[in-house]
Amino acid sequence: MRPRGAISLRARLVLQLLALAAGLAVLLFVTVRTVAGDAAEETLDGVLGAATLAIADELRGGDEGVTVDLPHEAFSILGSISEDRIFYRVAVADATITGYADLAAPAAWAGAAGPSSPEFFTAPFRDTEVRVAAMQRVVLAQGRPVTVTVLVAQTRSGQAAIASRVANRAAGIGLGVFALAAALSILTAGSVLRPINRLAEAVSRRGPQDLRSVDHPSPAELRPLVLALNGFIARLRAALMRTETFITEAAHHIRTPLATVRARAEIALRRAETDEARETLRAVIRAVEESARSASQLLDHATVVYRSDRLAREPVDLAPLLERLAQSVAPTAELKDVTLQVAGTGAAVRVTGDALLIEAALRNLLDNAVKYSPPETEVSLDLAAAEGAACVTVADRGRGLSGSKQADLTRRFARGANVGDVVGSGLGLTIVEEVAAAHGGWFDLTEREGGGTCAQFYLPLA
Amino acid sequence: MRFLMIEDSEDLAQSVAERLRLDGHAVDRAGSLAEAEDCLSAAPYDLILLDLSLPDGDGRGFLTRQRRARRDVPIIVMTARAAVSDRVDVLDLGADDYLTKPFDFAELEARCRAVLRRRGGASETVQRFAGFTFNPLTAQLVVAGEARELRNRELRLLEILLAAPERIFSKAQLCDRLFSYAESVSDNAIEVYIARLRKKLEGSGARIDTVRGIGYRLSAQ
Repeated sequence: MRPRGAISLRARLVLQLLALAAGLAVLLFVTVRTVAGDAAEETLDGVLGAATLAIADELRGGDEGVTVDLPHEAFSILGSISEDRIFYRVAVADATITGYADLAAPAAWAGAAGPSSPEFFTAPFRDTEVRVAAMQRVVLAQGRPVTVTVLVAQTRSGQAAIASRVANRAAGIGLGVFALAAALSILTAGSVLRPINRLAEAVSRRGPQDLRSVDHPSPAELRPLVLALNGFIARLRAALMRTETFITEAAHHIRTPLATVRARAEIALRRAETDEARETLRAVIRAVEESARSASQLLDHATVVYRSDRLAREPVDLAPLLERLAQSVAPTAELKDVTLQVAGTGAAVRVTGDALLIEAALRNLLDNAVKYSPPETEVSLDLAAAEGAACVTVADRGRGLSGSKQADLTRRFARGANVGDVVGSGLGLTIVEEVAAAHGGWFDLTEREGGGTCAQFYLPLA
Repeated sequence: MRFLMIEDSEDLAQSVAERLRLDGHAVDRAGSLAEAEDCLSAAPYDLILLDLSLPDGDGRGFLTRQRRARRDVPIIVMTARAAVSDRVDVLDLGADDYLTKPFDFAELEARCRAVLRRRGGASETVQRFAGFTFNPLTAQLVVAGEARELRNRELRLLEILLAAPERIFSKAQLCDRLFSYAESVSDNAIEVYIARLRKKLEGSGARIDTVRGIGYRLSAQ
């Protein structure tokens, strides 16, 4: 289930505005229909009532009883309004004088009906339903007052037709209002949300290192959000700075004494008299070296993880980068009379990415090659570009992989089966592989013909 | 060589200086940037070893000031910060090289040599002994007018022996200085390099004696 509040603000706004518009449209429809229906009924009742009155006015009492001379105008008025059928009845008590005897008078008179205002009701008649106007008049006949009932009924198909016409119109108007409101609500949602989108864009366009506070112009309603965001950024900046200071301080406080230990151990080793003392001191120096190297690679690894997340996409020329790298590793190689052969750096080979990470990866490869090379061998560093990829090949004459799988070697803290006495942390190849992957490249480690390892680091060309 | 070491940790400065003196270098120590300025105005140095965190400021500021003032004594930064970005940073500011603490003295020396070689040599480094001259920067040995190239380990071996002629060095002592502590080699591995150096020194009037059961000694015939 989607958590509450995860629904898009825009969808929510649009939906609520649409619901409002739909409600208004329905209300409009119902109102128009009711008002129009009532008006139509009132009009028809009026005509029906007028016809009843006209008949009642023609009632005559005489010695031969009650007579009525039906006024034809009354029926023609009714006929002119609709094609409905008309029924009438004039009766004294239950005896019909003229008309349809089965047209029933109301069971009970409401009493409001006076001599000039008929009463209206709807009743079933034969196979249909009719609207009936009824009134009573007192006529003097044979010397006595006689109550005469006049009933005029009309079928209501005309009114139903009017009502449905009105309903159609009302529905049309309702739909129109709804469509207009829907369009407006979408536009409104867009314009209301635009500042939020702009703000989000301004924040997300920032580089990974950009921790300045946000001063993007934003409406008053967004000020609290921007303020909170700025507060958060400030706290993050402070926390990062504290962490950085802490790491620097920690590194300083750990590495400086380690360096002292190492220097003193070397001095003591110089003066060591016994093999036993010598072995101990060598072990101390090795341990110091190992912890320092692990610390460096952990730091490098953290940097790689952090920077890969938001990878910088700058143009990088691999040729000078390799030259610089070779120069910096050369003194270490020289100590073992390992020769560094650099080839292919004559022309620029351009890739896109984070120069720092690429350098860290290649430095690890080169360090490894030198570290595992026997003295007086050659390490070659080749730069080539083919088929859309730049390839850096680092080949040595070291002990090779002796069956270790690349997948195993690039695992964190994993080391080859044959590293034996060589100091290492097992993070070097992990770093290499992560950097390659972050740049959309890949990394191959193969056994070299004639002994040694061949590492190939591929990056897509810019 | 004459070093100026700018490092605020008394312990470290003292042991590094002592260690470098063992290899025959002269080392002056400065515990702050102010002291460093005093030293620099009083004496010429072949190389400056610079720590980055100092009590009176950041070593990077010092680096920038030196380079801006066109004082081009080679500077090797030695620091506890090991992040990749720091390395690039200080090289961009004009440092010649970069070492992370704790450092290998053999590597430090190799880096100093590389820096000085790139700079075309600082002071007079050529040494003379019984009929040969030897320049550790260019790894060149000249015997009777004939130049002979030395490989790095031969060069370092000659440097060690030449620092104290007539003194006997044990195989173990030589091994410790020639091979890295990360590799485990038998003490007999030194024999290969002794043999090669003997060959290179042929006809010079210097020779390396084997003192049976003890070690080796460089002496003039």
